[in-house]
Amino acid sequence: MKHNQTIATPEDYIHAGYGVRSWLFTVDHKRIAILYLLSITLFFFVGGFFALLLRLELLTPQGDLVSAETYNKLFTMHGVTMVFFFLIPSIPAVLGNFLVPMMVGAKDLAFPRLNLLSWYLYSVGGLFTLYAMVTGGIDTGWTFYTPYSSSYALTNVVPVVIGLFILGFSSILTALNFIATIHRMRAPGLTWFRLPLFIWAMYATSVITVLGTPVIAITLVLLGFETAMGAGIFDPALGGDPILFQHLFWFYSHPAVYIMILPSMGVISEVVTCFARKKIFGYHFMAFAIMGIAVLSFLVWGHHMFVSGQSIYVGMVFSALSFLVAIPSAIKVFNWTATMYKGSISFHTPILYAFGFIGLFTIGGLTGLFLASLATDVHLTDTYFIVAHFHYIMVGGAIMGYLAGLHFWWPKITGRMYNEAWAKFSALILFVGFNLTFFPQFILGHLGMPRRYYVYPDEFQVLNVMSTAGATILGLGYIIPMVYLIWSLRKPRDVGENPWGATGLEWKTPSPPTTHNFESTPVVDGDPYQYSPEERA
Amino acid sequence: MSSQLAHHFEDMSQQREASSLGMWAFIVTEVMFFGAVFTAYGICRMMYPNAFGEASNKLSVLLGAVNTGVLICSSLTMALAVRSAQLNKTKSIIGFLIATMILGGAFLGIKVLEYSHKIHEHLIPGLDFVYEGVHAPQAEIFFSFYFVMTGLHALHMIIGIGIMVWLLVLAMRNRLTDQYYAPIEITGLYWHLVDIVWIFLFPLIYLIGRA
Amino acid sequence: MSQVVPQKVYLLVFATLMCLTLVTVDVAFYNFGILNLWVALAIATFKATIVVMYFMHVKYSSKLTWVFAISGIFWLAILFTLTMGDYLTR
Repeated sequence: MKHNQTIATPEDYIHAGYGVRSWLFTVDHKRIAILYLLSITLFFFVGGFFALLLRLELLTPQGDLVSAETYNKLFTMHGVTMVFFFLIPSIPAVLGNFLVPMMVGAKDLAFPRLNLLSWYLYSVGGLFTLYAMVTGGIDTGWTFYTPYSSSYALTNVVPVVIGLFILGFSSILTALNFIATIHRMRAPGLTWFRLPLFIWAMYATSVITVLGTPVIAITLVLLGFETAMGAGIFDPALGGDPILFQHLFWFYSHPAVYIMILPSMGVISEVVTCFARKKIFGYHFMAFAIMGIAVLSFLVWGHHMFVSGQSIYVGMVFSALSFLVAIPSAIKVFNWTATMYKGSISFHTPILYAFGFIGLFTIGGLTGLFLASLATDVHLTDTYFIVAHFHYIMVGGAIMGYLAGLHFWWPKITGRMYNEAWAKFSALILFVGFNLTFFPQFILGHLGMPRRYYVYPDEFQVLNVMSTAGATILGLGYIIPMVYLIWSLRKPRDVGENPWGATGLEWKTPSPPTTHNFESTPVVDGDPYQYSPEERA
Repeated sequence: MSSQLAHHFEDMSQQREASSLGMWAFIVTEVMFFGAVFTAYGICRMMYPNAFGEASNKLSVLLGAVNTGVLICSSLTMALAVRSAQLNKTKSIIGFLIATMILGGAFLGIKVLEYSHKIHEHLIPGLDFVYEGVHAPQAEIFFSFYFVMTGLHALHMIIGIGIMVWLLVLAMRNRLTDQYYAPIEITGLYWHLVDIVWIFLFPLIYLIGRA
Repeated sequence: MSQVVPQKVYLLVFATLMCLTLVTVDVAFYNFGILNLWVALAIATFKATIVVMYFMHVKYSSKLTWVFAISGIFWLAILFTLTMGDYLTR
């Protein structure tokens, strides 16, 4: 967009209205996405700070930096912050909110005011939980297992539980919005099988959210009641069953991990097709795989409970179903690879993150199979092997997907391009730092180092030092993008509608878009991803 | 009235369908929410059938049954309120809404009565629980479920009545017509769900171990 | 505009619900052993079904609404079945 045009153009969404009030009371999905971007970034660094401290403690075998109780608080608050306040909202609330209406050709989400309410609830829940963490903390692990959390912990269990309950509503409202929008507000000609896979991913994520989040909500209510009243539903000393808590907790928390990874998978499909200049291989399989993952995710929660005292027969059922859920995930990895085969690949930052995702998610996913198998899980559970497994998926997978998406759509969101050299550099730093942090943890876990311990035998020190060194590099890799992305905002808004030459309705709008996205509803008449490998991005 | 069409929708039909779908998705969340606590209750009941049966006998079948009848009546009046909107009969909307709210209020009143009985009988888990007999800990678990489940249900009713106040205002301003009745339609869906929760809650909590 | 249900239908559903409430209370005082639970559940399920079909208009609604309604019940069944499975096979 040129600056000296004499024709009056509608203002972009950033400049349509000034002042804090116009942002805090906005109903524009794009502004709400930016509000979320700021909030979740704040919580990311809070969670990262807890991780930094705990990795510092683990530099030495002795417990010399913090007390055992403090260490318990550090890993708990790292987990709670990262899972609930960063990973779960990240892509849906930032990229989803921004892009879903645009990708389906709508002017906004179905319920714009509910969208704003969703951000308010996120903020209230987040601040409340943060307050609880700062004034006393919580040391139960992000899993809140009873009866420790309900009967013995002396920390702020009830306030944290309240904060998370409020946050759950935030997730649910966003999900309701996406479901209604995707079902009812698609542009003419935009049939389900012409939708970008990112939309399929947002839809599946929303379905999981709607079906699962209420269960953690009631679990938190029961936990709060039990902690406050001493009732005994989950306390064996009073006749209750701690495994009942675990069933209810993991019924949500396992699908929650798919809430965290499916959106990233959606991003990867968009990025890989654009930077390989090729349509996705096996579009229908990819869409069905997304839905298959969402459905199967609800059938495997007991694999977190193999050693809890759960029935061995039910354990076997959960184990078999857990192997099954690996299949659609694998299909997606194969199809991204096949998409790139004979494509015309250009190595921009988004696809570098996508490469990272594909490799690291594969490792994380494969290690999940060892954990799905009952016999090996007995040896590996509650060790660092588990920690490494889920960080490969959540950080190597989900966060890299988030960064891929943030870089891919940054020009659309802001109208500017970031500095490519710094972006590539920090992607590399992240990749190196990540692997140095977490690969040693697979070895440590296999050798028997338990998780959630602040001391360990001397022979594990070398690997722990490597891990901490990696964490420092990883931290640097997250700070650098903050700098160059913010720095890019000093440039003029001149990237044009479609700097990447990407397909998708969002690229047919100005960068940044106007408040209503489209002057008139677009009409779609073809399949997505109509790239040709002869052109390069 | 096209003035009630939000700017991001193409037409009233799309707006109504989106609202309805959004409410149905929300109802699914409520089914999972209450369903999960019913599951937990079911498991605990399975573990302690005698204790739960004995504890349940402390509840008043009469009050529970009357409340069930009251709530079913309120579902009828709510359905008729929505129907009145579909037929553009504003006076009827107002009448049926007020009836629903009165019935809902009656339900809550009886609930308050029941809770006050429990306070008198010292059956408040954690705070004031006195129970004779060997089943005391399990009875405390039963009453925990009783208060959590009926309490959450009552909270949903209070919210529902609050929403009906808003609907009443809309109706009195002639804003609910046969062209625009989505607000009352989706509130109706919510209210019937609250009724369904009680339809299961009453037999499973009040009527066990009575034989 | 969606279908307007005749008043008679609502009244019939209402009467059925009230009768079934009386039945469920009455039956509870007879000892049928384990059947007591199943009878209570069956009556409650039937009552809930007619509320869903008629008061909530699902009988007259689109397939998509049916999918949503059935999914909720189905997912609850997953939670219930697999969790119960643990307790029954320990």
